[in-house]
Amino acid sequence: MSSSTEAYEQAFGALRASGGTGWLPALRREAMDRFSALGFPTTRNEDWHFTSVTPIAEKVFKIAPTRTGPATLSPADITALVIGDPDWHRLVFVNGRFEASLSAFAGLPAEVRVTTLAEALKESPEFVAEHLGKLASGEGQTFTAFNTAFAQDGVVIHVPGGEVVEAPVHIVHIADSHAAGVGIHPRLLVVVEPLAQITIVESYACAGPMSGGYLTNAVAEIEIGNGARVDHYKIQRESTDAFHVGTTQVRQGRDSMYHSFSYAAGAAISRTNVYTQLAGENAEARLNGLYLIDGAQHADHQTFVEHLAPACASRELYKGILDGGSHGVFNGKVYVDPIAQKTDGKQTNHALLLSDHARIDTKPQLEIFADDVKCTHGATVGRLDEGALFYMKSRGLGAENARALLTYAFAAEVLETIEVDALREGLEALAFARFTQSELR
Amino acid sequence: MLKIENLHATAGDKEILKGISLTVNSGEVHAIMGPNGSGKSTLAQIIAGHPGYVVTSGSVTYEGKDLLAMAAEERAQAGVFLAFQYPIEIPGVTNAYFFRSAYNEVRKANGMEELDPIEFLDFMDKKLKLVEMDEAMLHRSVNAGFSGGEKKRNEILQMAVLEPKLAILDETDSGLDIDALRVVAGGVNALRTRENATIVVTHYQRLLNYIVPDFVHVLAHGRIVKSGGKELAVELEARGYDWVMEAA
Repeated sequence: MSSSTEAYEQAFGALRASGGTGWLPALRREAMDRFSALGFPTTRNEDWHFTSVTPIAEKVFKIAPTRTGPATLSPADITALVIGDPDWHRLVFVNGRFEASLSAFAGLPAEVRVTTLAEALKESPEFVAEHLGKLASGEGQTFTAFNTAFAQDGVVIHVPGGEVVEAPVHIVHIADSHAAGVGIHPRLLVVVEPLAQITIVESYACAGPMSGGYLTNAVAEIEIGNGARVDHYKIQRESTDAFHVGTTQVRQGRDSMYHSFSYAAGAAISRTNVYTQLAGENAEARLNGLYLIDGAQHADHQTFVEHLAPACASRELYKGILDGGSHGVFNGKVYVDPIAQKTDGKQTNHALLLSDHARIDTKPQLEIFADDVKCTHGATVGRLDEGALFYMKSRGLGAENARALLTYAFAAEVLETIEVDALREGLEALAFARFTQSELR
Repeated sequence: MLKIENLHATAGDKEILKGISLTVNSGEVHAIMGPNGSGKSTLAQIIAGHPGYVVTSGSVTYEGKDLLAMAAEERAQAGVFLAFQYPIEIPGVTNAYFFRSAYNEVRKANGMEELDPIEFLDFMDKKLKLVEMDEAMLHRSVNAGFSGGEKKRNEILQMAVLEPKLAILDETDSGLDIDALRVVAGGVNALRTRENATIVVTHYQRLLNYIVPDFVHVLAHGRIVKSGGKELAVELEARGYDWVMEAA
C-alpha cells in the first residue's frame, strides 16, 4: 500500500464512520479494499502504457467541503459556463455537491425518474441496490473503485419502458475556487427500459480563478434495454491544472442504440474511457469524440466495444488536434465474441499535429473470435493537407486563414455527428473561435 | 495581360515544362490542348502557384508583375483564378462561409469593403442562377459528397463570385454530361468581358464548341508544338494528336 492509498484509507474511515451495515457500506468497503489493493496504475499496466498518472498518485485529494456560505454562482453563471440550452432539464453540482438552487428539472414526464443519488438512496434504495456498481464493478479498475468508495453524490435516471424524454437531461459539474486540492467523484446511474429514449449531456467546467488542481473522477453506468436508445454527450472543459478521469460503462440490449460523443479540451491530464457491451442481437453503438489540446496537456481516450451478440454494429470516429507540447493517446479496443457472427465494426481515428512538439500514441486493438465478421480500423496522424491548403489559397484566402479554416474543418467533421443542435452549434462556435480567432456566422 | 517566356519547370527530378512561351491579351480565349502527360495541367497549376513544382528557368509576367514571385493567394487577389480539374473536398466548411471568406479577402486586398453574411447571400443569388445551382448548395460543405458535375459547377460558381481577370479552366469538361457541359460553358461565356481573359485546358474539342477560342495551342512533351485558330481544334478532333507531334 502506498502512502497516498494509506491516507485515503484514513479518509475513507472518517467519511464512512457512520456507514453502518447493509449493501451500500459493503459495496463501498469492497471498493475501498479493491482500490487499496490495486493502487494507481503505472505505465507498466498495458492500459496505461502511454499515460503516467504519477501527478495524481502522489497527491492526496481532499474530500470536497460542504458549502457554508450562500451560493456564489447564479443560474445565469451556469448558463455562461456550459454549452447547451438553459431550458433543458438541468442538475448542477458544484465541487461535487448538488446545488438545488441552480437546478431545474421539474418538467419531466411523471413516470421518468431523475434524482440525485442521495435522494434515490432515500426514495428507492432497492432500485439503486439492484443497479449501482453492477456494470462498473471496479474490478481491475482503480479509478472506478476509487469513485465507488468515495462518491458523495451523483445522478440516478430511470426511464420506464416506452417513455421518450424529449429535452436532454443536462448534468453540470462545476469546480470553483474551493475545489483546489479536492477530489470529486461524480456518479451517474442510468437505466433505460425497453423502447425508451433519452439524451444525457454531462458538462464539466470550472469557474475561475483556480489555484491548485483538483481531481474529477467520474463514473457512469448505463443500462440500455431492448430497442431503447441513449444519446450521451460528455463535454469536458476542466481547468487546465485539473485532472479528469471519466469512465462510462454501458450494456446494450437487443436492437438498442448507444450514441456517445466525447469532447475533451480541458485538464492537465485527462483519461476518458467509453466501454460498451453489445449484449443483444442487432444492437448498435456509435462512439465519436473530439479532443483539442495544447501546451503541456495530456489527453488519453480508451474505447472498448464488446460484440457479445450476433449482427451488432459499432461505428467509431475520434479526432484530435494537438498543439504545443501536448500529448494524445488513443486506444480503441474491439472484441468480437465467437457467438457474434455478422458483426459490423468500423473504427477510425485521426490526429492532427499542429506543432513539432506535439505527440500522439495511437493503438487499435482488435480481438476477433468469430469468422463471419466485418471489422476495420484506420488511423492517421498528420498535418494539414497541402492540396486543400493550395485550393483555399488559390481562392484568395491568406495562408494563415487557410490553415485556420482547415484546422477548424478537421474538427467540424466530427462535430457534425452531434445530433443536438444547441450542442453542435455551441461546440462549432467554440472550435471556430479557437482556431480562427473570429466568430462563426 | 499574361506573358510566359521560355518557362521550364520540374516536379521532383522530372522536367515537365521544357520551354513554354505564350502571350494572352485581355478579351482573348486561348485553348491549350494536348495528349495526357503533355504538361497542360502543370502549366495551369504553375500559373496559379501550386507549391509542388519548381520553375527552373523562364518567366511569367502578369499585368507587368512577376507572377512567380507572388504567393498563390496574392495571385488570386490580383485576379488569377484556376478551376481545378479535381476540386478538393473540405468537409466541415460550408460553401457559403468559404466563398464569403475568399470573396472578402480578395475585396480587402483590393481596398474594397467586405460584405456581411446577409449582403453576401443577396449577392450569391444571381451567381447561383448563372450556374443553375440551388441555394441549398451554399449550406453544404465545400465539394463534400458532390457529384463530378456538381464539383465542376461549384468551380464555375467560385469563378463567378471572384470575377477573375484571368481564368484558367483545367479539364473542366472532364466527367461532364452534355447538359452539365452546356451549363458550365454558359456560365463561363456569361462571365466573359473585354477586360478579362480565359485559358481553357482540355484534351477534347467538345468544350470548344461552347467556349469558342481565339487561339488554340497544342502542348506535347512540355512544349507548344503548334498554334492556330479555332479550326485547329476541329482538325485535332478529326485527326488526333499524332500528326502534330510528328510534324514537331
